[in-house]
Amino acid sequence: MNIYSYVLRRLLYVIPILLGVCFLIFILFNVVAGDPTLVLLGKHATLEQMAELRHQLGLDRSLFMQYLDIVKSAFTFDFGRSWVTKQDILYMIKEGTIPSLTLTIPAFTLGTILAIIISLFVSLYRGGKLDKSIVFFCIALMSIPSLAYILFGQWFFAYKMDMFEISGYEFGFPYFIPYILLPGIIWVIISLGPDIRFFRTVILDEVYQDYVRTAKAKGLSENVVLFKHVLKNAMIPIITYVVIQIPFLVLGALLLESFFSIPGLGGITLNAINSSDFPVIKAMTVLSAVGYILFSILTDVLYTVVDPRVRLK
Amino acid sequence: MSSPSSSSSNTTTVDASTMNNRENHQKPIPLKGRSLWSDAFRRLSKNKMALTSLIILGLYSLTAFLTYSNIIVSDWSESIGPSYAPPSFEDIRLLFGTDIFGRSVLYKAIKGTQVAMSVGLIVGIISVVIGVLLGAIAGFFGGIVDEIIVWFYTTLSSIPNIMLLIAITFILGKGIFSVYLALGLTYWVTLCRIIRGEVMRHKDRDYVQSAFSLGASRGRRLFVHIIPNVSHLIIIQFSLLFQTAIKSEVILSFIGLGVQGTPSWGTMIDDAKLELARGVWWQLAAATLFMFVIVLALNILGDALRDALDPKLKGKD
Repeated sequence: MNIYSYVLRRLLYVIPILLGVCFLIFILFNVVAGDPTLVLLGKHATLEQMAELRHQLGLDRSLFMQYLDIVKSAFTFDFGRSWVTKQDILYMIKEGTIPSLTLTIPAFTLGTILAIIISLFVSLYRGGKLDKSIVFFCIALMSIPSLAYILFGQWFFAYKMDMFEISGYEFGFPYFIPYILLPGIIWVIISLGPDIRFFRTVILDEVYQDYVRTAKAKGLSENVVLFKHVLKNAMIPIITYVVIQIPFLVLGALLLESFFSIPGLGGITLNAINSSDFPVIKAMTVLSAVGYILFSILTDVLYTVVDPRVRLK
Repeated sequence: MSSPSSSSSNTTTVDASTMNNRENHQKPIPLKGRSLWSDAFRRLSKNKMALTSLIILGLYSLTAFLTYSNIIVSDWSESIGPSYAPPSFEDIRLLFGTDIFGRSVLYKAIKGTQVAMSVGLIVGIISVVIGVLLGAIAGFFGGIVDEIIVWFYTTLSSIPNIMLLIAITFILGKGIFSVYLALGLTYWVTLCRIIRGEVMRHKDRDYVQSAFSLGASRGRRLFVHIIPNVSHLIIIQFSLLFQTAIKSEVILSFIGLGVQGTPSWGTMIDDAKLELARGVWWQLAAATLFMFVIVLALNILGDALRDALDPKLKGKD
């Protein structure tokens, strides 16, 4: 099977998954969640007001039509308007993408590179004291709740020590940097634990392969074997691990953005959750599902392109 | 450290049958075999860190049980001093200071153990039951059943976990019961994937075929023969699920969808976001410390279990 028909098949498989995602969202928000007009209008709403609002929101139409609306939005990205801000949701998303990306891209890049360097370094000393203590350190980092990092970092380093901006954001290239510094550092610290653990496992998987022994038997130095041979092979799982995270970079960091008042998609989502803004929650769910599905196909395709041992089926 | 031949089983190029032959030739057949479990226990008991973790897990479980039956800290809701009294060593109850109502933060953190351990346990059980059942059925029967189950969990895993959690707790209402269900209904996917793959690998093995030739029914082959052979994976995954659930309770509480009425580490950390500006750090510290110790212990235990039960991965991570 050639690569094109493989990609085409994978793309066709998107359709049932996406229909399923839409169905799940529909069940959760349109069927089970009940009547949102009571939440929106408050306790003293009259029946006429509620009926009018239901009509406005399109909730008096048949369930099947409501389901079709969600499916349509997954392909056209036309999500309608927010119930709370009355803004066009696609416009809100476009506005929110840039602040999110200015935080997530530098933090993600830095965190990943740092984790790869540390795990390569650690694999030199595999089984030794240094290796064991770094693994323990990673587990310890992962055992602290992410909220604790954010709360403590913001209070101690920004508020008490006055080293960083406490919160806020400014648009434009050099101006946003002071605002993303602390959330960026916290992001790197939170992601370091799981990243190092994963990369270390991947690298150690390669270190015991026959080709490494061959390379060493040829008399190549430890460094050449590690960087030229092991790293190249370990890059395959590392790339897939990295690529699959990319859609979530656009979505931003839910907690970090809300704590540091960065007007990104994560903050928008959390506000929507707090104010029961169903269309925005649904839009963000659909969007992240679409992103996740497309990027998981991309990683599979990348996998087959990079690694000729993987056979298409 | 594993030998080169055993680690090469991870590559897709090595044929399974040659692998088995090679292993048979290399290993002398022991006169009296040890079972996987006794072997694993032997390996685990040599690991001091893992044993310590096991003791910590036991202590937390005991604390949770004692608070549940009101034997200790039943008076957690009484105020013992002024509002936001700083930590001091005068009184054990003041070790972590007091909260806004003058209640002992230490007692609240101890009481929170009950919520955390019950969330870990019940979420773990729900996920294991769903994951193992669906995964085993999908892997064993294949065909259309498999397609449907795979479609279902692919769909579920395409939606970010946090969104699903929010949606489910939104619908079920606030409270500990919805926390159990929301987490349990979303966290089974990984285990289901693993079990499906393993059952698929196992179902044509010799021991299953001989069970078939002895007249074992499909259900018997699946649940009596195959599942016990993949049960170590369930235990490893359970320890992971347990701590993920404890950590998730914090996020749910922060979003305001968590436990109500009884103290939990999540609500304590959530309270801290307003207290920190006034310099009150002890509630955050107490909850984080209590959580850190048990999650760390579960993480170490999970790793040790994986090393002990899954010899193929030994020495890697």
